[in-house]
Amino acid sequence: MSRAQVLQTADEAVAGIEDGSTVLVGGFGLAGMPFDLIDALIRQGAKDLTIVSNNAGNGDVGLAALLAAGQVRKVVCSFPRQADSWVFDGLYREGKIELELVPQGNLAERMRAAGAGIGAFFCPTAVGTPLADGKETREIDGRTYVLEYPIKGDYAFIAAYQADTLGNLIYRKTARNFGPVMATAARTTIAQVTEVVPVGTLDPEGVVTPSIFVDRIVPVEARHYTVQGAR
Amino acid sequence: MSETTTEHPAVENTGRGPLSMDELAAVIGHDIPAGAYVNLGIGQPTKIADHLPADADGHPTCILHTENGMLGMGPAAKGDQVDPDLTNAGKVPVTELPGAAYFHHADSFAMMRGGHLDVCVLGAYQVGANGDLANWHTGKPDDIPAVGGAMDLAIGAKDVYVMMTLFTKKGESKLVQACTYPLTGVACVSRVYTDYAIFDLQPDGVHVLATYGITLADLRDRVAVKLLG
Repeated sequence: MSRAQVLQTADEAVAGIEDGSTVLVGGFGLAGMPFDLIDALIRQGAKDLTIVSNNAGNGDVGLAALLAAGQVRKVVCSFPRQADSWVFDGLYREGKIELELVPQGNLAERMRAAGAGIGAFFCPTAVGTPLADGKETREIDGRTYVLEYPIKGDYAFIAAYQADTLGNLIYRKTARNFGPVMATAARTTIAQVTEVVPVGTLDPEGVVTPSIFVDRIVPVEARHYTVQGAR
Repeated sequence: MSETTTEHPAVENTGRGPLSMDELAAVIGHDIPAGAYVNLGIGQPTKIADHLPADADGHPTCILHTENGMLGMGPAAKGDQVDPDLTNAGKVPVTELPGAAYFHHADSFAMMRGGHLDVCVLGAYQVGANGDLANWHTGKPDDIPAVGGAMDLAIGAKDVYVMMTLFTKKGESKLVQACTYPLTGVACVSRVYTDYAIFDLQPDGVHVLATYGITLADLRDRVAVKLLG
């Protein structure tokens, strides 16, 4: 499918997601978290999922609710432990969920590599630390680097501000975070947006994610979530 | 490692107690050069934002970077300024200053890893005399580790400063000959700011720049690292 589909409900947007899929989920804490798509995935019921996201859920909403529903086998993230990550913490301590801890820059760059067709890359982060244990290293120009492989998604869930009907996206403030990178790294990218606008409305100079990276769009109600206590 | 050499003897400030965390934040803020691109991590170091030298408009003379995707970060948001789409790395609502820019995560971490960031200030469990940093994991079996952007900042910023209390609650020095906690980065810290003393880590050893509420002699007794200056 080349052109993005504009769908009316989040349930249509997540239709067909298979058990065992790897889903890249945007957001940094609650900012940029695609709540409506996650809630729809809970209703859809796909299980045995691998979730790639910066955090492993906050409070009882969003990713935390997906984890609580028992649909996730493995989380790949940089910062699972937070003041309000009790859902993940409980599952992890009971041995019910697997964790791959990835430094945040590697998380972003590994997805960037996947989206750009890069087979692997050498990176200076984590050299000499337990997170580089067992990984191939190489000295290049006097500095040691660790070999890192791409992270590719079957699906990406992202939250953007506006989409045109072709699928070009713009974001809002720090809610942009992982969205543009994840959009490139998945076979099927699904964007929930606050507003869908006609083609020709967005300034081409200001488009952040070009439509070629976007497969499905769904407009959602602006979410009046709170940042209080959201860590 | 910082390339500045320390030829002055340590300043002993003994007519007072150790620095409070706010006083320590002010000391660090004073040392941030004008025009620098600076990342203040999460937690304690974010207090430094309240103590940065300001220009005539009241804006900091340095430019703050936050890993979640912004340059030109302003102070914490209050009241109507709070916007859930605008937070810092600690997920605390913040504001934007004139000249601010937003970008995605791969660009944000390219700023660190590509060596574009001048200074970052991080907390620490331990710092080694050689500049090794341990700040992400206690290594205890029941602890859930979380690394975030710490490893990227540690290897990427031109100068890595640490802000921490010098002693644990049990009174053990957190500046150590060799770290026992899992490392965040190797030989990456150039300056250690603590409540009792400021240390400059140089190729020839650990220099003491200043002490607060403790004499240099007593500091030497309590810190099991050879201290110069």
